[in-house]
Amino acid sequence: MSEGLARVCTVSDQPLIYARGLVKRFGDFTAVDGIDLSVAPGEAFGFLGPNGAGKSSTMRMIGCVSMPTSGELRILGMDPVRDGTRIRARLGVCPQLDNLDPDLSVRENLLTYARYFGVPRAEARRRADELLEFVQLADRAGSKVDPLSGGMKRRLTIARAMVNDPDLVLLDEPTTGLDPQARHLLWERLFQLKRRGTTLVLTTHYMDEAEQLCDRLVVMDGGRIVAEGSPRALIETYSTPEVVELRFGDERPADLAGKLAGVGTRIDPLPDRLLVYAADGDAATAEVHRRGLTPSSVLVRRSTLEDVFLHLTGRTLVD
Amino acid sequence: MVTTMIAARVSPARVGAVFGRNVGALRSGPAYWLVLLSGFFEPVLYLLSIGVGVGALVGDLQVGDRSLPYAAFVAPAMLAVSAMSGALAETTYNFFFKMKYQKTFEAVLATPVRPFEIAVGELGWAMVRGSLYTGLFLVVMVALGLAAPLWALAAFPATILVGLAFGSIGMAISTLLRGWQDFDLMSTGQFALFLFSGTFSPVGDYPAAMQVLIQLTPLYHAVELVRGIAIGQMAWGLLAHAAYLLAMVVGGLLFAARRLQRTLCE
Repeated sequence: MSEGLARVCTVSDQPLIYARGLVKRFGDFTAVDGIDLSVAPGEAFGFLGPNGAGKSSTMRMIGCVSMPTSGELRILGMDPVRDGTRIRARLGVCPQLDNLDPDLSVRENLLTYARYFGVPRAEARRRADELLEFVQLADRAGSKVDPLSGGMKRRLTIARAMVNDPDLVLLDEPTTGLDPQARHLLWERLFQLKRRGTTLVLTTHYMDEAEQLCDRLVVMDGGRIVAEGSPRALIETYSTPEVVELRFGDERPADLAGKLAGVGTRIDPLPDRLLVYAADGDAATAEVHRRGLTPSSVLVRRSTLEDVFLHLTGRTLVD
Repeated sequence: MVTTMIAARVSPARVGAVFGRNVGALRSGPAYWLVLLSGFFEPVLYLLSIGVGVGALVGDLQVGDRSLPYAAFVAPAMLAVSAMSGALAETTYNFFFKMKYQKTFEAVLATPVRPFEIAVGELGWAMVRGSLYTGLFLVVMVALGLAAPLWALAAFPATILVGLAFGSIGMAISTLLRGWQDFDLMSTGQFALFLFSGTFSPVGDYPAAMQVLIQLTPLYHAVELVRGIAIGQMAWGLLAHAAYLLAMVVGGLLFAARRLQRTLCE
C-alpha cells in the first residue's frame, strides 16, 4: 500500500452517519419509512434488501444529493441541508449505474473528477496514477471508457470515488451485473480499502457479498429496517446453525411438509425442494429417514444470510 | 436577492472544473472538432447568398438616417445569428445529452459542485464556442468591407452578450425537453426567429401587429444591438436591447439551475 492513500485512523465516538426517523417520500410513495441508523468510523456497513426496499433512496440521502422528507440526518457530524457541499467534499460515491464520462479517457475521468473536488493538478495526477494501479487499470489509462468491460468500468468508478481521499465511501450495488471473476476482484479491492480503515457503506442483494464485506448490516424491506446486526448475529437470530435441503423425485414438497412436523425448528417447502432449519442437520436428516421418507437427495449446509433474508423479506418476487 | 445569495456561494474553481471537463473532451478526440467547424459555415453561407447575392438585386437600404448596401445590413444580423446558434448548439444538444443520457451532471452533482455552478460552467464553455464563430465572422465582415475594423471590434462584446443570453435560455429549455422529438420543435422556433427578427428586412416594413410580436422575441433585440454597433449607429436605445438580453441571462441561468436541482437531486 502506498503512502499517499494511507489514512490516519482517528478514534472517534462520533458516528459518520446518524439518522433518526429518516423518511423519504416521492409524492404519495414512501420510499424510506422512518429508519434509524448509526455508522461508526472504520466500519463496513451494508444495506441488504430486495429491489424497491428503499436502499438506493437512503444512499442518495446519505450522499447529500437527495434531501430527507423528514427525520434527522447527520453525515460526518453535519447537516446535509445546510452543509451539503462540505459533506460531499468528503464522500466517495459509486452509483448503481455507471456514469463515467465517455467523452474522456480513463485517466482523464479521474483527473476531471478530482478537479470537481478542488484537488490540485499535480496531486490529482499522482492520485490518478496510484488509483489506476490500485484498481489494475494502469495499462488502460489512455483508453476511452466505452471499450472497457463491465468489471473494469466498475473498478474505474471505484477509483473515481477515491480520488478525493474520502472519509466515507458509498457503494450502491457495487457488483451487480458482473461476472464471477470480476466480482471477486472487486471484493478483493474493497477488502483492501476496508483494511486501510476506509469506512464503507454499501447496498447489495447478494448475500455472499454482505457476508464477505460487511461488519454490520441492516435488512430493509418496504422502506423499513426489519433486522440489524453482524452477518453472524443475524444468522443466529433469524435462522438455525444448519439447513437441510431435501429433494424428493416426483412428490411435491408441500405435500410432505405435514409428515415432517416437529423436525428441526422450521420447515420451508419450496416448489422444488424442502428446507429444514435445524441446530443439528445430521440429526434432522436421521429423523426424516426414521419417519419413512426417502428423499432423492439430501444436502446439509451451514445457514447463510440468504436464509435470513428470505425469511425476513419473504419469497414474493419484488420488481 | 436570490441572485446575490446564489452568487455569493458560487466557487470559481468549481465552475472552472465544469468548464475544464469540456476542454478535456475536446482534447480527447477529433469528433468534437468537426461539430465545431460545421457550425461556423451556415451564417457565412447566408451572408454570401442572400446578403451579397440578393443584395445585388435589392440595392441600398435606408436605415435610420443612413443609406446602407444590403449586404452591410444583413451581415450584422448574421453575426448575431452566429452568436445565437453557436451558444444554442452547445447548450441544447450537448447539454441535453449530458444531462439526460450521458448522466454527466448526475456524476458531477455527487461532488461539491452545485447545480448553479454547472449552469455557469456550461454557459462559459458555450461562450468559447460562440465567440469562435463570431470572431471569425467579424473577420469575414471586415475582409468583405461590410464593417469598419473598429466598429467590428466594438461589436464583439455585444455578440458575447447575445451568446450569453441565448446560451442561458437554451439551457433552461434543455432542462424541459422530454426527448429528441422536442428538438424539431425547437429548430422550427429558431428558424422562425432567424427569418423574421429584422435579419433580412427592416422590421418597420411589417404590419404593426407583427412588429409588436417581433419586438417581444429575443433575436430581434440581439440583431438591433449588434447592427447598431457594427454600422456605428450608437444610440441610447441600444441599452434597452442590452437590458432585454441581460434579463435572459439571469432568468435562464436561475431557471436552468433550479431545474437541474429538481430533476437530478430529487
